[in-house]
Amino acid sequence: MGTAPNKAATAAKSQQQGFVYLPLIAGWLVPGAGHFLLRKWGRGALLAISIIAMFALGLAMDGKLYSGAQDILELLGMVGDLGNGLMFFVSRTMGLGGDPVQFTTADYGTKFIVVAGLLNVIAAVDAHNLRTGRKS
Amino acid sequence: MLRPSHFAAVLLFGLFASVVFGITQRETPQKMIRYGLYCFVLFAGSAIVLSWVMFLIAR
Repeated sequence: MGTAPNKAATAAKSQQQGFVYLPLIAGWLVPGAGHFLLRKWGRGALLAISIIAMFALGLAMDGKLYSGAQDILELLGMVGDLGNGLMFFVSRTMGLGGDPVQFTTADYGTKFIVVAGLLNVIAAVDAHNLRTGRKS
Repeated sequence: MLRPSHFAAVLLFGLFASVVFGITQRETPQKMIRYGLYCFVLFAGSAIVLSWVMFLIAR
């Protein structure tokens, strides 16, 4: 008697151990990594595919990666782009997304990249909520 | 360079955003699928409705 509650308490205690922000940071740096750390393989894979595909399609459409903050709109775009984590830094290092926007589709691509970053932040916060037990 | 039509871009955008919304905003797999589908229908449906509104305004 009483073994089930003890097991649940032990599991909850072990879940609270360790660095609680690791899934949040990992999820920001690599899309889906936060969920993978928590062994949510299906959710992590779907999030990773969606966010990476959105970012890659944005670049394929000649979307622009924001590089500076000359005005408030550029600053907001840069904040959105930074949500992509390592993908943003690697792409910037490789010189991708540096061309000025000349076509309508390139403007769509720029928005795809910014929204991919914002969705990645939502996914990373979701991983953090799973880690802290706020969500199951 | 990839150049999808405006509607194809909306569908791709809605698809990826709906997947993330479904997974992050609901708790159980069944509710995730239902909410993801709901978001996708809203994305695509609102694009179609707004397109017709703009077409009728422009006439």
